[in-house]
Amino acid sequence: MNNNETIAAIATGLSESGISIIRVSGPDAFSIADKIFKCSDNKKVSEYESHTIHYGFIRENNEIIDEVILSVMRSPRSYTTEDTVEINCHGGLLITKKVLEAVIRNGARLALPGEFTKRAFLNGRIDLTRAEAIMDVISADNELALKASVKHLRGDIFEKILNLRNEIIHETAYIESALDDPEHISLDGYSDTLKEKINSILCELIKMEESALDGQIIKDGILTVIVGKPNAGKSSFLNMLIGREKAIVTDIAGTTRDALEQHVRIGDLSLNLVDTAGIRSAKDEVEKIGVEKSKEYLKEADLVLFIVDSSIKLDKNDLDIIDLIKDKNVIILFNKSDLSSVIEEKDVTDKFKDLDNLRVLKISAKEKTGIEQFCDLIKEFILDQSISSNNELLITNERHREKIHEAIESLNLVMDSINKNMPEDFMTIDLMSAYASLGEIIGEEISEDLADEIFSKFCMGK
Amino acid sequence: MVSRIREKVDVCVVGAGHAGCEAALACARLGLNTVIFTVSVDSIALMPCNPNVGGSSKGHLVRELDALGGEMGKNIDRTFIQSKMLNVSKGPAVHSLRAQADKAEYTRAMRKVLENQDNLTIKQAEVTELLTVEDIAHLNDENEVTEYEKNDKKLIIGGVKIYTGAVYECKAVVLCTGTYLRARCLCGEAITYTGPNGLQPANHLPDSIKKLGIELRRFKTGTPARMDKRSIDFSKMIPQYGDEKIVPFSFSTDPESIQIEQVPCYLTYTNEETHEIIRANLDRSPIYAGVIEGTGPRYCPSIEDKVVKFPEKEKHQVFIEPEGLHTNEMYVGGMSSSLPEDVQLAMYRTVPGLENCKIVRNAYAIEYDCIDAMQLLPTLEFKTVSGLFAGGQFNGSSGYEEAAAQGLVAGINAAMQIKGKEPLIIDRSEGYIGVLIDDLVTKESFEPYRMMTSRAEYRLLLRQDNADLRLRKKGYEIGLISEEQYKHLIDKEKMISDEIQRLKSTIVGANARISAFMEKYDSPALRTGCSLAELMCRPQFDYEKLSEIDDERIKLPDEVIEQVEIEIKYEGYIKRQISQVKSFKKMESKKIPEDIDYDDVNSLRREARQKLKMFKPVSVGQASRISGVSPADISVLLVYLSSRYPKNNE
Repeated sequence: MNNNETIAAIATGLSESGISIIRVSGPDAFSIADKIFKCSDNKKVSEYESHTIHYGFIRENNEIIDEVILSVMRSPRSYTTEDTVEINCHGGLLITKKVLEAVIRNGARLALPGEFTKRAFLNGRIDLTRAEAIMDVISADNELALKASVKHLRGDIFEKILNLRNEIIHETAYIESALDDPEHISLDGYSDTLKEKINSILCELIKMEESALDGQIIKDGILTVIVGKPNAGKSSFLNMLIGREKAIVTDIAGTTRDALEQHVRIGDLSLNLVDTAGIRSAKDEVEKIGVEKSKEYLKEADLVLFIVDSSIKLDKNDLDIIDLIKDKNVIILFNKSDLSSVIEEKDVTDKFKDLDNLRVLKISAKEKTGIEQFCDLIKEFILDQSISSNNELLITNERHREKIHEAIESLNLVMDSINKNMPEDFMTIDLMSAYASLGEIIGEEISEDLADEIFSKFCMGK
Repeated sequence: MVSRIREKVDVCVVGAGHAGCEAALACARLGLNTVIFTVSVDSIALMPCNPNVGGSSKGHLVRELDALGGEMGKNIDRTFIQSKMLNVSKGPAVHSLRAQADKAEYTRAMRKVLENQDNLTIKQAEVTELLTVEDIAHLNDENEVTEYEKNDKKLIIGGVKIYTGAVYECKAVVLCTGTYLRARCLCGEAITYTGPNGLQPANHLPDSIKKLGIELRRFKTGTPARMDKRSIDFSKMIPQYGDEKIVPFSFSTDPESIQIEQVPCYLTYTNEETHEIIRANLDRSPIYAGVIEGTGPRYCPSIEDKVVKFPEKEKHQVFIEPEGLHTNEMYVGGMSSSLPEDVQLAMYRTVPGLENCKIVRNAYAIEYDCIDAMQLLPTLEFKTVSGLFAGGQFNGSSGYEEAAAQGLVAGINAAMQIKGKEPLIIDRSEGYIGVLIDDLVTKESFEPYRMMTSRAEYRLLLRQDNADLRLRKKGYEIGLISEEQYKHLIDKEKMISDEIQRLKSTIVGANARISAFMEKYDSPALRTGCSLAELMCRPQFDYEKLSEIDDERIKLPDEVIEQVEIEIKYEGYIKRQISQVKSFKKMESKKIPEDIDYDDVNSLRREARQKLKMFKPVSVGQASRISGVSPADISVLLVYLSSRYPKNNE
């Protein structure tokens, strides 16, 4: 990468949306735009004032590619701090690509993933932890994850880690100075003090790590598995849920475990819905594989939607399913409530052990009733149950969770050394490891590949 | 017109203190024609302060120096009168050897080594000027440099001129001027313009050094009084004896050969009365009265400093140590001072056992010119003057051991440069010497640098007991370690790894004999079979005790057993420290190209950019240790390097 090059990419997602934006940044951004952008005022892009927008056409070889709005941001007042042009063209894959190709043919290079942010970073606009938080904000696809990322951007997590880290270095420094000046600084009885300190730091870190599990659910979506015997109404329920709002159903590359998985947003929450191939004692081999797969999904599931056909009696199929899911968080959906019901709620709920993990709702996929209640139920169920309070700091970044985990392990080793009555100079080894791990979260400790790793996770055009 | 002497040699070493001796010996032993200059041949390897070598973390330096082929360890083994392994109650990382020296003997023995070293000439003379190659080219018959137009090219050292006007042309100069540059000694209001012990200072050289564009600064250090043994009442003090089994400093010394009769030191304490006298007279101390401009070491504080810094302490330790076997002078460790003579006497006489003491030499502070070592490369060569190296207190350190270690490295690197070989750079994970030099050349320091345990991040790996295993190979490759010594190392390594392997694979069962053994030592009974190595990890056992159930054991040297025991008992910690070293090494191996333009790295903060431009760090690791360069700057630098120089960073 060379900052003398001008880079371009589609800044909006590659989907059939109303408007797409092509971002061009670098020293030649204006001159490239001049070659392909024609405005009725006949002015050159390079003559426009910063932070102005202009209506015109993208033309190449006298052929109009699209009708666009072009915005101009002069260095250093842009995201990358370089001269930047953003072309708002009509959405639609074909048109967007054509505009981008025109930009590239006229001297820009296709940007690498994260390159715009990398330039912003290299040009001093943001630091590394901020870049990482920006990435989290960009990839946050629901409200709660966004809030958590913004909190990080604002520095709440930063502050917390910084404090814990200071406590660790304080203890290390004490041990070190006692080693250097034993005459004046004594370690008598110090291991008890240290034990207490480490315990309290550990408590804090463990809380943060636990929040990371919630944070992960919030960020990546709740893995929700739909089960029910054939014809109970799984597919029609799924369609009803999806049909609620067409635009938000997407296959997210990389997060999708299976083609079966679908992404649905309900308020603050994201559900990753998996429709299982009905679970029953399969006879033929092909079907067996499907069933095994469903069972695997169930193991991982954060939430199970159990669809029961309330118009017919419970059979062995239902009982087999209940056996598989009785330890999970389950919402039982009594479908076909438009027909006369032949089963009582109790008939099913009695078969579950822990009613706290269980919710019940009547729906009719055919009549499309119960969907609003379902959405409310799911919000209440998930937010009240598994995510204790959304005011707490949530760790939503997997790298951060890993580092917190490493710090916990190191501090456990310190406790181990204390319990084994090891001389104090051994404890500093693991204290410093914990210190370094926490430092990597807030950018106080830079490991060799961290910087590139962070930028490589960005998506194209950001 | 008088013609002056002009000689051609390979290396000139300026100063024959602990740094100069090591530098000169290293160069001469590597086959280079070497001259060592000193203002007094009778003061070679002088110990003007404490009468001991080693001590916490300093002992590590001496052992490392010995592993590389230096002389200090051997010389103290020849001349010590008491030896003690310190901190044995703590972990093996902080064990440290300290030996009391017979000062006169130490000096005499080192002088003998120098005098008998091939390729080495001792010359009593004050060096007054450093000459560049261009200066040499413009010398006239009288060895005066005639006027010539200087260009901007990097300076290359060409030789030195001494007070008589004689010129020694050479390929490298090693500056080891210690505390002699523009030295002045202060004893309260009494100021003398001399080096230590009344020796002649070097007043001309500083100007010549500055002419080369090198910046000088002023540091201060001090030493306590020496007392007449006959005036001390030792019955009021606690005798401090040496170890029963003496461990030599040098890996080449046969332990059996040094089990000598030892002399004791004595411990006593200051008290409130002492502190009262000091407080009442602080205005007469040159430091507190503002007379001393130099900055003194924080960790080797004068008694005035201790009383001021620890007002809550009711007493401070005072060690009374013999200066040698053939003198009545006793060193008063822990009570260095620059207070006036009358206050000194009053203060010393408050200490139990010193009530009637007679002072032979007064305590004094000494002030001298030295450099900020950030002007040096990690090889200890000046960044701006090719062929000019520096070691010892001149670099802003304090202590004999720190000086000797740098002198050795500076000498080796002068020799390596002349021979066109790779320089010796020991990194922070390889030795205390590496930590010492890296700190000196990278970190800002405002006081004489003293080696301390806490400065070494990877100290569990940098133990004094394994210095040979860490560094002897380097010494061999350089050419200072003989084939025979090297073979000894290889054999030792093999014995260690074989024995560890054997202990790990020898399984003892849960039978009656083992159960009886476990019971004898109060160790929980075994349920299943277990390796001897696993048993050794239990706190109740060590290698020695396990001999009762280890039938196949063969007799191994103590130095091998020591390593086996440490490696097995602390395996987990050692492994974790090794993984810390791995991430350190990664950053060290990220080299910064010499042609990097820091102005092109936009997002560096201004302070960081200035520092980086000034210090020209060789690696990202080194850059990260420069004060004023933040982790955020380092992340910027990393991303910049991988973008701008993708190939360099693969």
